[in-house]
Parts: sequence; structure tokens; C-alpha cells
Amino acid sequence: MSEQKIDGFELKPGFKGMASDTGSDQTMFKGVHWGKAMMWIFLLSDTFVFSCFLISYMKGRGSTIVDWPNTSEVFSLHVGDVPVPLLLIAIMTFVLITSSGTMALAVKYGYEKNRKMCGWLILATAVGGLTFVGMQVFEWSKLIHEGVRPWGNPFGAAQFGSFFFMITGFHGFHVSIGVIFLFIYTYKVFAGHYESKKRGWFTKMKGDYVEIEILGLYWHFVDLVWVFIFAFFYLW
Amino acid sequence: MSDEYDNNKSYQAQSSEVLDGSAGSVNPDMDYVRPAEIPEQDLYHAHSFIEKWIFCQDAKVIGVQYFLTAVFTGIVGLILSWLMRLQLGFPELAGFMTAEHYYQFVTMHGMIMVVYFLTALFLGGFGNYLIPLMVGARDMVFPYVNMLSFWMFFVAVAVLMASFFVPGGPTGAGWTLYPPQTILEGTPGSGMGILLMLISLSLFVIGFTMGGLNYMITILQARTRGMTLMRMPLTVWGIFTATVLAMLAFPALLVSAIMMTLDKVLQTSFFMPTILKAGEVLEYGGGSPILFQHLFWFFGHPEVYIVALPAFGIVSDLISVHARKNIFGYRMMVWAIVGIGALSFFVWAHHMYVSGMNPWFGFFFATTTLIIAVPTAMKVYNWILTLWRGNIRINTVMLWCLGFIVTFVNGGITGIFLGNVSVDVPLSDTYFVIAHFHMVMGIAPLMVIMGAVYHWFPLVAGKMLHEGLGKWHFWITFLGAYSIYFPMHYLGFIGVPRRYFEMYDSPYMTSAVGMNEFISIAAFIVGAAQFILVFNIIKTLKTGKKAEQNPWKANSLEWYTSTVPPEHGNFGERLPVVHRWPYDFSVPGAKDDFIPQTTAPSEVVNTEVEKT
Repeated sequence: MSEQKIDGFELKPGFKGMASDTGSDQTMFKGVHWGKAMMWIFLLSDTFVFSCFLISYMKGRGSTIVDWPNTSEVFSLHVGDVPVPLLLIAIMTFVLITSSGTMALAVKYGYEKNRKMCGWLILATAVGGLTFVGMQVFEWSKLIHEGVRPWGNPFGAAQFGSFFFMITGFHGFHVSIGVIFLFIYTYKVFAGHYESKKRGWFTKMKGDYVEIEILGLYWHFVDLVWVFIFAFFYLW
Repeated sequence: MSDEYDNNKSYQAQSSEVLDGSAGSVNPDMDYVRPAEIPEQDLYHAHSFIEKWIFCQDAKVIGVQYFLTAVFTGIVGLILSWLMRLQLGFPELAGFMTAEHYYQFVTMHGMIMVVYFLTALFLGGFGNYLIPLMVGARDMVFPYVNMLSFWMFFVAVAVLMASFFVPGGPTGAGWTLYPPQTILEGTPGSGMGILLMLISLSLFVIGFTMGGLNYMITILQARTRGMTLMRMPLTVWGIFTATVLAMLAFPALLVSAIMMTLDKVLQTSFFMPTILKAGEVLEYGGGSPILFQHLFWFFGHPEVYIVALPAFGIVSDLISVHARKNIFGYRMMVWAIVGIGALSFFVWAHHMYVSGMNPWFGFFFATTTLIIAVPTAMKVYNWILTLWRGNIRINTVMLWCLGFIVTFVNGGITGIFLGNVSVDVPLSDTYFVIAHFHMVMGIAPLMVIMGAVYHWFPLVAGKMLHEGLGKWHFWITFLGAYSIYFPMHYLGFIGVPRRYFEMYDSPYMTSAVGMNEFISIAAFIVGAAQFILVFNIIKTLKTGKKAEQNPWKANSLEWYTSTVPPEHGNFGERLPVVHRWPYDFSVPGAKDDFIPQTTAPSEVVNTEVEKT
């Protein structure tokens, strides 16, 4: 995409280029699709949402009167009789990061107009996301079974359960929304809507493979947020 | 536009006007504007009444929808303020009011006016209507999302209004909703009321995000040929910066609303400390009420500027047009808007001086608060210098602008008082604070809204509002607003606390009573005077004088549409090509006292127009 040409405008590299793009007419981000710019700005806003959650969590964890539960014990799975800390979380993280890989490949094949390959890879991403949500459901039910509730738990500070269910729930909600859209776009790609220039069901607009990249941006963001949740919630 | 217009993008570089050959210095390249980068926008035209007027994707209709819904909530807020003033001035006449009612009205008045009225009106109303027209776009970039944005706002308003009718009534916790009292029994509306308020706020944030993405991308990525950022009207700059603030500040509100909802519904203790009530320890414990205050004001302070910046932008344009003079220091104005926007994220804790912070923290926030006065003062000087030696037309619009400058300076100066910790602490929670923010954030933006309504009504409706009624409206509002809020400064100094249902038997009783009666009478009159505008609009729509195209002789693109009022797609077959900023007024040597943004340089070669 760096190779594109814009009539009457010289795309300069680096800081100078940024200045001349900003000072020019029509668009600020040269050659960037409207939807893509929108997704970036939405993600910036969403970053603030998750930052507020995580900062609140740090503040909450820092000021509880009761000790915080030992996370490596709470989040462990028993393999035979041996408790393995963070086993499930490690698998979940692996699955989610892998799905980011398949998403990136889907974007590549989308731009190459390789419809079949693109569709299968989006489907693989959706399945990865679904697996993640499934494992999260398992994790939640295990913890609920052990007595962890939003308002209290047997392991320590009540805020542990509150923040855990709220933050992982909010992230899981993002993943679920993403999975729904991944399935929708799997259908759209396999049905060849971008080739036939079919108009959208609701928006009545024609689509393009750039939509796969926009969906990919969202998906990578959701993965990145998970990395932060993983670090702050499970490793701290 | 694919249905009506061909997608021929090969516009000629030359202006469509025929060049006057006599001008010797015409250089064939001087009118060159780069060809279009982006293809014509694919617009969906409405096919039925519902698509055209209800679930409409045209930003102009959405703007009017936002405007009317916001005005409806504003009238509800106005009626609540009347009831409050009735209680404060003439408690014997307000026998039907209990203390609980009073707190509920205070809360709902505050929240409605700040969020559902002013924010929605400036960004949703003026933003939707003006952004595409002013930057030369056919519509917002995502019309469908834009439509969803309005309906999300509508649902948020409906949920908010529903809270008046649930058992226990709306929340009465004060518009800041400070926990723990907000959700504890004993506070009015701590059951369903607060829940609906939190749900409504969350819906508002979601709806606003959809709209805000549209405003930002339309301004950044869908300007017409020749429209650089530094040729945009200041209105667009103000709305744009306010939208950026909103996109970054509303997340904090959303998060605090979610957390408080969980505290309420699931008995979590995010914000709830250990509480002893009538000798009994409640279920809560270990949470931090201060955390809520930080989250709330991280949203709350930028929110002030979300309302103020569009007002700054709009008033700059109105002053320039009606003083027939270019805006003084355009670039300074732009950077001041951007600077105020950036600084507004570093001042939030000046609302929390009495909450118990580290003194150094208060010192830091006092410093940043006073720094933000610098770009703000620059803007005031520039407005005054724009007026200086201008060809000022004292019409209704200009009166509102002048009223804005006066009330804004007034409220701004009291803001400097309150920004200092040592002055703020004794004045906290007194009527001085009420006077300050109603002056700076209530009356001042309202003056701009009124000015903007009189200015743009001919564009929206194609008819001129009645000037005489407008002047009555202005003078009653302006003098009345001063009668309301000026005495309140004094009430604050003698220590009358805000949010009190009645004065009880206090030392300031005697001097406060007469003043409260006076303020209340003024409030009734000012409130009633607003219906002059409603009457004026209805009368004008029925029998008003038809407006000519561009009645104010303005330069910006919204007045150069193919039809008045503009149709879907705004500009007819060809988008306008911009050659200059919108402030070329009274240029020496020019034929008229204004040069539209679309005028090519070759048409004005013998004038002293500056390159912009």
C-alpha cells in the first residue's frame, strides 16, 4: 500500500511526509479507506475504555483491606494430581494469538483476491475465537464452582471476583462480537459478495476486501488487549 | 450519488468562471487545485416517508432530529429549574415539593442540561448539520451508522425520561452521582432511578461514539478539493476537537457507569467502602469512592470543553460574518482550540480539591487549570480584535455573540478564583460555584446556540426569523441571566451552600431570602422568554419572509449549496472547489465585501487578498 500514487501529490517519507499530508486538502491519511480510519479511531477510544478498566483494577487491588488471592493457585488446573498454574490461560492465549495469525493471512489472501483461501482463514479465525470463548466459559464455571462470585470469594479480597468477571467479561464480549462478525464475513467472502459488488443488508453500501482488513484490525486489537489482561491479571 | 450523477472525476483544473482577460497578471496555473483523490460518495437515497424523515441517513435530517430531541430534553431541564427556583424563592407556594423531589430535580436538571442537551445539541445537532456542508462533503462518511447514532441517543433519552415514572422516581444523588450515597437506601431514586440513569448514560456513550467517528472521519478524510485543514471554518475546528475529546473522555464515563451498575445490581464493591448503617455493617467493603470521582471527572472536565469548544468555534464564525471582518489570528484560534482540548485532560482533579487529595496533587492541578486560561484568554482577545474597526451589524446574531463574550469573560474570571486551591476550599459547594459554571457553561454556550439558530435558520428552513422578536428574546435573556447569576456570586460569598432544599435558621438567612425571591422571579421570566424563540420559529415557518440564498453574505460552503435548504447530497452535480479560507471579508479592491471560498484567485487578481 505504500506504493500507491495520488494525482498531483507527492507522498514524502517520514516526518516531512506527515507534515505535507496534514497540510494538504481532501484527506489527512492519504489513501486510507474511510472505514479503516474509523476503525483505528474507534480502537483508540476502546483503548481508553480498557485502560480505565485496568487502571481501576490496579487502584482497586492496591487499596483492598484483605489480601489479594494468590493467582497462580486460583488459576491452576490439575493434571493428574499435579496443579499446573496458568495451564488453561496459556492454552487460551495460544489459541487467541494463533487466530491473529490466521486473520493476518486472511487479509493477505483477501487482497490477492484469493476468495477461497481468504474465506477458509476467516473461518479458522472464527473457530479460534469461538474456542477461546468456550474455554473462558469453562474457566468461569470452574471458578464459580469453587465459590468465586462478583461480590466475594473464599480466597481473599472480594474485589478479585468483581474485577475478574467484569474485565474478562468485557473482553469476552468483545471477542464474541468479533466471532459473530467473523462468521458473517466468512459467509460474505464465500458467497462472493465483494466480487459481485452486492450491496450490504443494512447499509446498502458496496463492499470491498478492505473490510477484511478492518475486521482484522479489530481482531488484533482484541488479542492485544488480552495480552495486557493476561499480564496484569494472571501474572501479577 | 451513483444513481444521479456520473462518476466523472476529471474536473478541469481551471475555475468554471470565465477569466477576465484584461487582468494582466493572470497566471494560468494560479487556479490549480489538485484533482479528486476520493471517488464520489455512494449515497443511499430514501425511498419512503420512513426512510426520509424517521430512519433517515441524511446528516442534515439527523442533525435536525438531534436538535429537536435535545431541545425537548432542554425544556424538561428548564421546567425542573423552575420548580427548584420556586422552592428556593417561594417555599410557601411549593407545598407539593419534598426535599426528595428537590434533590431529584437538581440531579436531573444537571445531567439533562450538560449531557443530553448541550452535548447532543452542539455535536449531534450542529455537528451533523454543518460538518458535511462546511467541509464540502455530500454527507457524513457512514450515513447508516450516523442514523443509528441518533436512534441510540433517542433511546437513551427515552430511558432517562422513563426514570421519572418508575417507583422511587429518578435518582437524587446530584449530577455527579458520587458513591457511596448514590446507590444506598435513603438517597432518592436509589432503586430503579439510578439504574436507568446509568443505563441511559451508557447508551448515550455508545450512540455518541457512532456519531463521533463519523464527525472525525468526515473532517479528516472527506473534505472537498482545495479544503485544507487550515481553510476550515472555526466551527468545524471546534466541533472536531470537541469530538476528539469526547471520544477519549466518554470511555471513563462508560467504565464508571458499568462499575456502578455492578455495585448496584451484583453487590460488588468497586466504589463502596465498609459502611456502617444504623449499627449494622452493610454487605459492601474495600472499595474506593475516590476512584469514582477520578473516573467521573476525567470525563467531566473534558465534557466542559466538549460543550465550550464548539461554542468557541461557532461564535468565531458568527462574529466574523456579522462584523464583516476576517477573524483575527485564525491560526492562533485553531491552536488555542487544540491546546485547550489537550490541556483539558490534565485538569480534572480541580473538581476534587475538597475530596482529600495529596496537597501536591492539588498544586499540580491548580497550575494546569490556570495555564488553560491562557489559550482561552487569547481567544477572547481575538474575538474583540475581530470586532475592532469591523463593519459591525448590530442584528440579533451579533447581539447574541456580544452577550456570549461578556458572559464568558465573566464566568471565566470566576473560574480563575475557583482554580486556586486556597480560594476554592471555602467556596466549594456554595452558590459561587453555581454562579460560575452557569455563567461559563450554561449561559455562554446558550448564547452561542441562540446566535447560531438565528444565523443558520435561513439555511435550514429557507426563511428568515423575525428580527424584532429576536431582539426581545436576546435582551430579556441577557439581562435576566445576569439578574439570576450575578446575585448568586454574593450568595456564595456569604456562604449559602448549594443543593440545600431550604435555608433553615442560618445566619445568612435574612440577606439570602430577598435575593432568592429576586433570582426566582428572574428565572421564571428568562425561562418564559425562551418560548419567544419557539413562537418565532412557528410563526416564521408559517408566514415568515422567504430567505434569499446566502442572506448574511457569508463565505463558507454551507451557503453555496445547489438549493436552499440543501437537498440530499448537498452540492448538486459538482462538489465545490475551495481556493481560500472562509474569512475574506471587506477585502480592499474586491467587488463585494465578501469573497466566497469557491472564488478562484484569478477572479480577484486586482485585490489585496491574502494567500490562505
